[in-house]
Amino acid sequence: MRVVLDPTSELTPAQRSASPRLDSLQGRRVGLLDISKPRGDVFLDRLEELLTERGAVVARYRKPTFTKPAPVDLRQEIATHCEAVIEALAD
Amino acid sequence: MAANPTVPDGLVAVVKRDCPTCTLVAPVLAGLAGDRALAAVVSQDDPTFPPGVDGVVDDRDLDVSWTLGIETVPTLLRMEDGREVARLEGWRRGDWEAFVGVAPLGEGLPDYRPGCGSRTAEPGVADELAVRHHAARLRSRRVALAALEDEAEALYERGWTDGLPVVAPTEARVLRMLEGTTRAPDEVVAVVPPDLVECTVEKVAVNAVLAGCKPEYLPVVLAAVEAACTDEFNIHGLLATTWFSGPVVVVNGPVARAIGMNSGINALGQGNRANATIGRALQLVVRNVGGGRPGEVDRATLGNPGKYTFCFPEDEGGSPWEPLSVERGVPAGRSAVTLFAGAGVQGLADQRSREPEGLAATMAAGLGGVGDPRMAAVWDALLVVSPEHARVFREGGWDKARLRAELGRPSLLIVHAGGRAGMFSAIIAGWVSGAMGSQPVTREVRS
Repeated sequence: MRVVLDPTSELTPAQRSASPRLDSLQGRRVGLLDISKPRGDVFLDRLEELLTERGAVVARYRKPTFTKPAPVDLRQEIATHCEAVIEALAD
Repeated sequence: MAANPTVPDGLVAVVKRDCPTCTLVAPVLAGLAGDRALAAVVSQDDPTFPPGVDGVVDDRDLDVSWTLGIETVPTLLRMEDGREVARLEGWRRGDWEAFVGVAPLGEGLPDYRPGCGSRTAEPGVADELAVRHHAARLRSRRVALAALEDEAEALYERGWTDGLPVVAPTEARVLRMLEGTTRAPDEVVAVVPPDLVECTVEKVAVNAVLAGCKPEYLPVVLAAVEAACTDEFNIHGLLATTWFSGPVVVVNGPVARAIGMNSGINALGQGNRANATIGRALQLVVRNVGGGRPGEVDRATLGNPGKYTFCFPEDEGGSPWEPLSVERGVPAGRSAVTLFAGAGVQGLADQRSREPEGLAATMAAGLGGVGDPRMAAVWDALLVVSPEHARVFREGGWDKARLRAELGRPSLLIVHAGGRAGMFSAIIAGWVSGAMGSQPVTREVRS
């Protein structure tokens, strides 16, 4: 295992923290990313219903295949257009 | 932490089988051991060597050799009360006879053979031993990188870079960096804004590793951090301003040449490791230790590329004037850094003036563009005069005071640097000067 020395003031935890959470879903654009496993759409359809009920604007995305990481342009499209993303699978 | 191995008082020999000189003197050592004249023989690579010596100290892990500071084998040591009082390296018959107090020694052997390098000095081995013995001195938090993380990407992800790749600050590299100074790792160098964090020599060293410094640059980085974090220099305000400026480091004195800095062709540009990494290390300390990041406390409207790094030495040898550091009170012949809040480089051309009056008029016009031209009194500048322009002032007999007076800028900083061809100088515009802004600060470089 490679170990490096922390160059910072160590005022924040060594673990990277999660991105800031949305304080409300009202009017926020939420991406739903289907990784292309069978029946992922069933799960995401239900999530879309629930999010829409809460005022979110849902956009749907789909990876070409679950076997590989999302292509750069898909990641950039989601990052450009969405304020939150849910990546989900069902199987 | 490794144990602190010791050897007994008396005569101690340190050898390795892989050394031809050690093999040559092996019978001598066996004879001395048989006569009980040797307190211990330490072998770095083979505990059955030298043959005929009982109880050889097995030092294949090199802890004994490291602790004793062995550089050459064979080495003879005289130990008293657990301390070394005398040392002899290699083989020279007369020296050995005097050291051991036995003669004749080594009949039939050549009179002299130099020793070989100690295994502790082999590439990689020294780093490993330093980590084994000294890593506990390092106080910084350890951050483990996951097996599948790319090292360079991992350091970016943690927010530790200025946008360019950095060198991973491993224990071995930080310990090597600390060899560049005699100051203790836990000594506090400065309180770094904006988070007002006490910054130790060790933290500066970690960031110097990130920046790509060599250990011999560290004293210059330490002086630059000290100078930056003074009330006069006001790095907090400099960081927070919407203006372009960042710290510019001018290095004076023998250290510049000693560490290979470039004061000549392209002195303000890219390509020299010391120039590039010293300025970068200072900015990484401000970013990582002080917490000063663009978009947070750094509110620059546009910034300038010198905020990655901006550091150069004065060409003192070719200058018609006394060095900047001497003007500012540092004794001649001593090394120092001067920090200036600089906003970028404005080229100034005058290829026609052969008299100082004409050249000064051009410079005055150029300096009129610094900051807000209607408020010249509150804007400092650093004027970098190149050799071809300096020649005009030398031949005209103008000192710096005369030039400042003609320019009407009593607080103008003037240094000499650059390649020998080109009737150009550089204006490095400042930020708001005086007590409400940033004042230049000079600090001597300590080893």
